[in-house]
Amino acid sequence: MTAVKTASRPLELDAPVAAAYVERSALLRAASPAEAAPELASIATRIRRDVLTTIQAARMGHVGGDLSVTDLLVTAMWGTLRLDPHDPANPLRDRFVLSKGHCAAALYSTLASCGFFPQERLTEYMAPLSPLNGHPNRVKVPGVETNTGPLGHGFPVATGCALGAKLRGETWRTIVVLGDGEMQEGSNWEAAMTAAHYGLANLTAVVDRNRLQQGARTEDTKSLEPLDQKWASFGWEVRVIDGHDHQAIKQAYAPSSTGRPVAVIANTVKGKGVSFMEDRVEWHHKVPTDEQVQLALEELSR
Amino acid sequence: MTALAEQAPTFDCRVDFGEELAALARADERIVAVCNDSVGSSNLVKFREEFPDRLINVGIAEQDLVGVSAGLANAGFIPFVSAAAPFLTGRALEQIKADVAYSDRHVVLCGQSPGMAYGELGPTHHSIEDLSWMRAVPGLRIVVPADPSQTRDAVRWAAASGLPSYIRIPRFKVPAVTPAGAPFEAGRATRLAEGDDVTVIAIGTMVSRALDAAALLRAQGLTARVVNMTFVEPLDVAEVVAAAEQTGAIITAEEGLLSGGLGAAVAKVVAERHPVPVRMLGVPTFAPTGSTSFLLDHFGLNAEGIVKAAREALGRA
Repeated sequence: MTAVKTASRPLELDAPVAAAYVERSALLRAASPAEAAPELASIATRIRRDVLTTIQAARMGHVGGDLSVTDLLVTAMWGTLRLDPHDPANPLRDRFVLSKGHCAAALYSTLASCGFFPQERLTEYMAPLSPLNGHPNRVKVPGVETNTGPLGHGFPVATGCALGAKLRGETWRTIVVLGDGEMQEGSNWEAAMTAAHYGLANLTAVVDRNRLQQGARTEDTKSLEPLDQKWASFGWEVRVIDGHDHQAIKQAYAPSSTGRPVAVIANTVKGKGVSFMEDRVEWHHKVPTDEQVQLALEELSR
Repeated sequence: MTALAEQAPTFDCRVDFGEELAALARADERIVAVCNDSVGSSNLVKFREEFPDRLINVGIAEQDLVGVSAGLANAGFIPFVSAAAPFLTGRALEQIKADVAYSDRHVVLCGQSPGMAYGELGPTHHSIEDLSWMRAVPGLRIVVPADPSQTRDAVRWAAASGLPSYIRIPRFKVPAVTPAGAPFEAGRATRLAEGDDVTVIAIGTMVSRALDAAALLRAQGLTARVVNMTFVEPLDVAEVVAAAEQTGAIITAEEGLLSGGLGAAVAKVVAERHPVPVRMLGVPTFAPTGSTSFLLDHFGLNAEGIVKAAREALGRA
């Protein structure tokens, strides 16, 4: 047996980063979408770089979906929700759920950027005994609300969170991000019916519509279109946006204007930001070589 | 037909479930009930009348039922998820695994009408697999009350435990078997009869039948210890080892599938700790058509069947 480097230390707050996040995110939340967009874009570029080096270190990951969802994650955590890494279990916190749990590298990179744990711990992604499992575990990773990975789970749980807030008469809100392929899971449509029935205006479901799933295009696998009409017919207020336009994302994350739950269909590009990965099915979970990571980082720093 | 079932009054434990849950809800505003169109079959109509906002019905959608409940726990509630056991444990198995147990959420899963309670409706509606499936989920506590007072104890225990749990609530009528004041603790069995020749370890609807079997055996000159193993997880390992060491033979009896349920849990302990003859009584496969009572007799899940198994285990068939 060869010795394996293990990484079982618990994740701990990165206090200086968290303090800066609390201050800066409050300003970005209060800013108009147009004002906030440039800084959100700059944070997203940093997260994309972290995603690439995180996957490079682990030699595993789902890089295509990580890069398509980055702007949705950053705008939620930095520009919209009230989160506090100093008190991640505060009962009145807003909830963020990543239902497409395989994009854990993007989630972890974003949580680290907020100070939930130090950024250097990203090198332990999927290392033996690491808290940073291939799919997020709420018991081990502060800022994670529920353990996701099997698809069609995060959305019903987020629906329960939103229902709980409404029953308590509390004003915190819930954002859940789903993959588009994930909309083929029946459990999601069960949750869509429940949220509409209970009038959960405090719930926003975001579909990362990159049009690719693991093996092929969604429309060649089991077609989702007309996706906006499906959500509307289930009783949701629907907002269709460019999922890489931070101004549009922040606008779409605004609370419901109808009393109904809000579905954001975010049109995205799988592999966004790295030209040789963009919209190519093989980059679902292909691992880039060191040379490809270098090329990608150079492209992202332009 | 068993003696206790003939002579003593019998009870539908759903009554005690609904009353106890309402009593808890009066004292603790975190308690909510979550149903899948199962309000009546869970005996929660009165709960709904008293707490209309705290009875959440997600419709006929079991995956959503358990996922939403995990979210309610995230929001600070203690959800009691009440649904027919076959659909709750079968349809929502992955939600029970990922959203409840692996996510370590304090959700109480209440399997109604378990075993072959739906008799003539057939194996789609029987829940013989639930104990095997729930035992396969790490971290989930599994409680099988045997009578009304244990049903109330189980509801109170689950609410206070802070742990993910599964309560298997009998619908087939059972007599009261638990002595007043008997302790109710996780991992602790209740010894209901003393004996030296064999131990019958039973759960749920089988406990009163095990007591009847002990009476029949006594008439035949054999004494049987009777243990109510209320917690299938965590199992009372010390009580199983004591039964093996002190009585030398064990019969398990459950209204459930033989693969992976109580018998399998007991046999593992016996095999590892103190091997003695074990005979497992349960349901071997999908049941034929018949009432619950007919099917229990059909599979030898009665006093006579337990006596037969005991004599076989003792080499005195």
